[in-house]
Amino acid sequence: MGDIILVNDLTKFYGNTLAVDHISFKAKEGEIFGFLGPNGAGKTTTIRMLVGLTQPSSGIAWIDGHDVIKESVEVKRTIGLVPETSNLYSELTALENLIYQAELYGIARKERKDRALQLLEEFGLKEHQEKPFQALSRGLKRRLTIAAALIHHPKILFLDEPTTGLDVMSARGLRKLILESKKKGLTIFLTTHYIPEAETLCDRVAIIVKGQIRIIDTPESIKAQVKESEILEIGLDRVSEELKGSFLSLNGVEKVLIDENRIRFYTRILDQVTPLIIRSLEEYGVKIQSINTLSPSLEDAFVRITGLDSDLMKIDKPVKGGPES
Amino acid sequence: MKEEIIKSYFIAKKDMGAYYLKPPLISWGLMLPIVFVFAFYFRNPMGIKEVVPGLIGLTLLFSCTSMAAIVITFEKRIGALERLLLAPLNFRTILFGKTLGSTLFGLMVAVFITFVLILLMGLSVKHFWAFVLIFIFSGLAFSLLGILISVGVKEVFEAMTMSNFFRFPMIFLCGVFFPVPTMPFPLPILSYLLPLTYTVDGLRHCLLEGMPMIPLFLDLLILLGFVVLIFALSLSIFKRRIRQEF
Repeated sequence: MGDIILVNDLTKFYGNTLAVDHISFKAKEGEIFGFLGPNGAGKTTTIRMLVGLTQPSSGIAWIDGHDVIKESVEVKRTIGLVPETSNLYSELTALENLIYQAELYGIARKERKDRALQLLEEFGLKEHQEKPFQALSRGLKRRLTIAAALIHHPKILFLDEPTTGLDVMSARGLRKLILESKKKGLTIFLTTHYIPEAETLCDRVAIIVKGQIRIIDTPESIKAQVKESEILEIGLDRVSEELKGSFLSLNGVEKVLIDENRIRFYTRILDQVTPLIIRSLEEYGVKIQSINTLSPSLEDAFVRITGLDSDLMKIDKPVKGGPES
Repeated sequence: MKEEIIKSYFIAKKDMGAYYLKPPLISWGLMLPIVFVFAFYFRNPMGIKEVVPGLIGLTLLFSCTSMAAIVITFEKRIGALERLLLAPLNFRTILFGKTLGSTLFGLMVAVFITFVLILLMGLSVKHFWAFVLIFIFSGLAFSLLGILISVGVKEVFEAMTMSNFFRFPMIFLCGVFFPVPTMPFPLPILSYLLPLTYTVDGLRHCLLEGMPMIPLFLDLLILLGFVVLIFALSLSIFKRRIRQEF
């Protein structure tokens, strides 16, 4: 499969603020390519530049061979975008919204309704087709927005934080739909700040922090990069920041993370440091409740590569006003 | 070109369904001229014929600008404008679609009021095709004035304030109730800069005897000039705004 998205040195300034910092990457046809990073990392700005909504300050990007600046109308025919906030027309019904999108994309009159009904069926929205967009639940709005983005059979679907704000069941259903769309040959570019989502869905992931791409690879390869270090996870009756600090000075311990009442030690010499850690914990008077060794997850790799606390990734953006709320 | 016009029509059709053909807007479009008609009728039943062109012009102005002035600002606010910007449409198509929706609504209201007034006053229409063109050009010019405001401001309340700032002085400056040449200097200069002046003058040609200000073809030409000028200005501001804000 060839490269369907090509980005070279793309940069965006908002005033003096650098939102996207000279990024370059390629996405292959038929893959799910993920942009993983905390809020404010530049994920949405990148998508908006790629779909022609925002002008880059410098750099070039091609979508299916079309320059995103010079051939923006051609690019728009090739792509579908699902923005973070579902933004269809609140007064129109589900069916009317899809037919209107079909009209804007120049789909032949006799095909419009059939295509809209087909998508409503595929996305489990058939029984809601006569309901106004504003009357749909957040999860159904999201599904309808994806259906609207697919009305013209795009080659690439851009999904900006597709499951943000959704309940667990809706998010799971949506992830299933995303994987089904991929099976049909669609290239998917998604942004997310949920590490497990990137790990589950993406063929390749670019980790982006402060507008810069730190690494691009498959989730497995990214995890393999931190595999040389091992993780010791100990459950305690109480954990304090003071405790964390004291272990960082311990010889052989590279990183210490606290997750509720569990403390994780990252080390390359597990056999040697384990007795030292246990002895120190006993000296502190904390009670050990469990001990496990773990394989590095994408979250561990993310923490190692970016130097950021993974808790930062669990913070959702404030939900915007508008038709979804 | 044909494809662009068709897509503009779809935008207009959607706007009509979603915004214009709703009871509050229709009632506002009809109420204003009806109130003016009654006000003038009770004041001077014999002289009301003289203000019929002005009342039709006002109806066109208020119904064409009622939603046009806020439609783009509103859609920008709720994120729906992005859907248009994401579709394979150029700025010209989007702007024309928005203008068309507003113009069609304004024409519907104005044609209804015109029929009622012509029947009630026993007026006849001279220069029928010029009469039709005055409606079309004025509808487009007024809608574009609304669109110009809509693309030029950031908030819906700003759009409403600006739109009233433009509309209400026109009632007094454009020959609706007082002939422009009888106004004290420098008010006529302002009058000549406003499209409603030429709508009212053109309608006088078509509905009344012997009071117009300038020849009918000039009214039509000037109105067309306003359409082209305001469209070009709106398009330029729209493009600049979108690039700044997105």
